[in-house]
Amino acid sequence: MIAVRIDGLCVQYDHHSHGRPVIKALDLKIDAGETFGVIGPSGCGKSTLLRVLAGIHRDWHGQVRVFDQDLIPNRRFAGALRRDVQMVFQDPYGSLHPLHTVERTLSEPLQVNGVTAVRDRALQALEEVKLPPSMLGRFPHQLSGGQRQRVGIARALLLRPTLLLLDEPTSALDLSVQAEILNLLNRLKVSHNMTYLLVSHDRNVVAHMCDRAAAMDAGKIERIIGRDELSQINPDDTERKVP
Amino acid sequence: MDCVPQGIRAVPDRALLSVRDLSISVSAPHGERLIVDRVSFDVGAERVALVGESGSGKSLTARALMGLLRRPLKVSAGRLEFEGVDLRALTPARWAAMRGSSMALILQDPRHALNPVLRVGRQMDEVLRIHQKLSAAERRDRTEEMMLAVGLAEPARTARAFPHELSGGLGQRVMLAMMLVNGPRLLIADEPTSSLDESLRDQVLELMVSLVEHRRMGLLLISHDLQQVARYCERVLVMYRGRLVDVRRTQDLAGAEHPYTRILWSCRPGGRTYGTELPVLVRDADERLDMAP
Repeated sequence: MIAVRIDGLCVQYDHHSHGRPVIKALDLKIDAGETFGVIGPSGCGKSTLLRVLAGIHRDWHGQVRVFDQDLIPNRRFAGALRRDVQMVFQDPYGSLHPLHTVERTLSEPLQVNGVTAVRDRALQALEEVKLPPSMLGRFPHQLSGGQRQRVGIARALLLRPTLLLLDEPTSALDLSVQAEILNLLNRLKVSHNMTYLLVSHDRNVVAHMCDRAAAMDAGKIERIIGRDELSQINPDDTERKVP
Repeated sequence: MDCVPQGIRAVPDRALLSVRDLSISVSAPHGERLIVDRVSFDVGAERVALVGESGSGKSLTARALMGLLRRPLKVSAGRLEFEGVDLRALTPARWAAMRGSSMALILQDPRHALNPVLRVGRQMDEVLRIHQKLSAAERRDRTEEMMLAVGLAEPARTARAFPHELSGGLGQRVMLAMMLVNGPRLLIADEPTSSLDESLRDQVLELMVSLVEHRRMGLLLISHDLQQVARYCERVLVMYRGRLVDVRRTQDLAGAEHPYTRILWSCRPGGRTYGTELPVLVRDADERLDMAP
């Protein structure tokens, strides 16, 4: 089964001036159950690609299919898509409402989608990301960076998505906390049967997580990197440079 | 757990900086809360890394060394000496004379550390004007020379730029030039490359280390990436939750027994770790570490 199929996707911000397209005629196919990575320098369009798939950016041309549903440009997500596609953002500080408790942050997506037993589901979501129930009453500023990103992941998982979009999920975190979040994501992927699309500028993270990856540059996919090649990407072996 | 007594002393036995039982506390509603707990170490004319995750107190330690902490933070130490001068008794005027001329600090993001409304050249000129008696022409020459030394190919053009017009890599080179132009004996660099792209990090670190080495200065390099700094430093100090939990020479790192050092050493992902769990710390709800190995 194919999770994502993109044909000839074009995205351009600002149509009236001579703005250059951010994504030019991009084709991509991601299988269900895959962890697919996107690597590229800043400004190459990788975040824009995620924003199109998440339905945040709706002004685009081309054909985009997520599982068996066509996305339609300039139209908000409706129905199952709203649950099936969720996103985890880069900055755990910026993506949680500063004046909402964890409980409210986790309850709202459930209420909007008409789920009952909201508190039980929120507690269950916390447990899935290994946070204690006492966190429900806390505000974002009372959490560490790693705990905040766990809340962000819990929120994304509430509605049992089939496609999880990860936009640099660990680049704001320390290495030791990054390791915890990456382990968590891998465990949840198996238990929830999800497909991951992971964007990162850190080649090592992509090499650790992904089955395949695309190298993007200037709005295009330069090439697809297979698992064999990903295995060759490693943090510099610590041969000492100092005498 | 108490800090390891061996390895605290500098490798060349003459320490530039000598710290014993440095504590930093903050007054809380119910008495004082200790943030940094009795940290001791020396730095000589060598490269030392101070490693720990966010909240471990490494940046506060650096700021305490530069005399930059203000109330409600309180610093106390059994000894705090730089080249034999007791830093605890320094007047504000003597601190000002010392900072930027004998000890210099480089911060994480150059775009925040530089004054956004002054041209780069003017800011570099100011550093020289404050600390040395030089004519305007001499200052210009020194600035240009220093900019070339940090790899800024067009000093005149860079000097005319405002900080926001520089990329992160260029900005950090400007910071480095500015901090080294007065020939300090000790450079403290607080996460100098974490705001830079991965590809630039090694470049900037390499430059910093080669300049420091060439001038026979001391370097205290603060970071959360143990593997990366280990490549540039001779000794490593590891902090966790305000305490110095491990001190060792870089070549002994692979055999570190301390559980926290071991995890910092091996938690970096890569192609080789695909399909495996990365090693992590066992923490309780308040992120206290279970130190049992």
